[in-house]
Amino acid sequence: MTWLSGNLDLVLDLTLQHLWLSLIPIVAGFVIAVPLGQLAWRQQWLRGPMLSLVGLLYTIPSLALFVLLPPILGIGFLDRANLIIALTIYAVALMTRFASDAFSSVEVHVRQAAVAMGYDGWRRFWAVDLPLAGPVLLAGLRVVAVSTVSLVTVGVLVGIDSLGSLFMDGLQRNIPLEILAGIVMTAVTALVLDALLVLAGRALMPWARATSSRRGAGARGAAA
Amino acid sequence: MNLFAEALAWLADPTKHEGANAISARLGEHLFYTAIAMLISAAIAIPIGYAIGHTGRGKQIAVALSGAARALPSLGLLTILTLLVGFAQAPVAATIVFVVLGVPAILAGAYAGVEAVDASVVDAARAMGMTEWQILLRVEAPIGLPLLIGGLRSATLQVVSTAVLASYVGLGGLGIYIQRGISLNTYEEMLGGALIIVALALALDIAFSLATWLAGRSASRSRHHATVRPAVAPTATTEGTP
Repeated sequence: MTWLSGNLDLVLDLTLQHLWLSLIPIVAGFVIAVPLGQLAWRQQWLRGPMLSLVGLLYTIPSLALFVLLPPILGIGFLDRANLIIALTIYAVALMTRFASDAFSSVEVHVRQAAVAMGYDGWRRFWAVDLPLAGPVLLAGLRVVAVSTVSLVTVGVLVGIDSLGSLFMDGLQRNIPLEILAGIVMTAVTALVLDALLVLAGRALMPWARATSSRRGAGARGAAA
Repeated sequence: MNLFAEALAWLADPTKHEGANAISARLGEHLFYTAIAMLISAAIAIPIGYAIGHTGRGKQIAVALSGAARALPSLGLLTILTLLVGFAQAPVAATIVFVVLGVPAILAGAYAGVEAVDASVVDAARAMGMTEWQILLRVEAPIGLPLLIGGLRSATLQVVSTAVLASYVGLGGLGIYIQRGISLNTYEEMLGGALIIVALALALDIAFSLATWLAGRSASRSRHHATVRPAVAPTATTEGTP
């Protein structure tokens, strides 16, 4: 406990940095992946190739990607953009499949009814497709958020500070408690983000709770 | 792109292919760790996954497990376990971490495969007088094989990714080139190492895709009138972090 009491400021500071490094990829990944998923759903021939491509991107081990990106993008190795772009790639890779499944989960007759009522293009997307795809999108976003928070820690190996810094510092100085503090705070950060997403989902999609059993089945289908 | 040419030259350098630090030796270590971890994970996860899928009980536990595994930072787990068991026992610590990360994906693949089998198929098998063991081994397991292979694929890629970190607790593997490249500032070495790691991950991914496809074909041949979800592998999206 002595290590922790002397380093509370450090832990809090790293937690904030960690949170910041996580938020950008989560938001960017969502914003990029939703249109991609919608495209994959609308153009069925694109779905297979697109999902294969994001699947391949997701297989690249994170540390290798942190090393490969700087020369490709022409950015500095220690640049935070390196970590942020790499994690955005993973977020897009994960989220695109969820988004494609989410739009597929919108029932055809509901969409046809919307068309019959005169909803066209953009209006149908915002008023019908997106809200109905919402629950599955949220399920995907929760997975993305938790895995991104966990992945940020690997950035310490290429010199980008986060809670992962506590792992390497603790390893070098032989302080298990320091590593434990890092693990616990990483998990807490992930849990807090996850809880915020659930709350946001309830606020934005109050209807989803009423039909949660059916939606839950849809989300499970998407995950399998 | 010049850096990539240097990395390829580094890869082609004959001195990198001999001695204790040869690329093949590091690749061998990497594959050895992965294979051991996968064997242990499969031995733990497949029976439990089949039990969950067959009985339909304990599914919440499996779902919660995979969620928790996703939230756990693998580097943190690896470093703290190494400190707790001591550097001399680092292989034990690393294997435990790999297994912890590998089990949830295999578990999910095993139970999802069994669960996806149409209830009427299972009932028909039961009506024909098959015992519960026969139903599991001759009906549910073959039909669920593509999903199980999908789970094995996610787990393998997860373990291969995490094994890249093994060099940081002194265990070698392909990550050692990245670690050394960073500390010595030799970009061609870390880039060369990263390229081999990516090639390994992609090769394994392709091999598993092929296996899934083959299993899907034989499952569809053997299942007659069974209605099963299409034999699409639960890809990396189901489980794990890169």
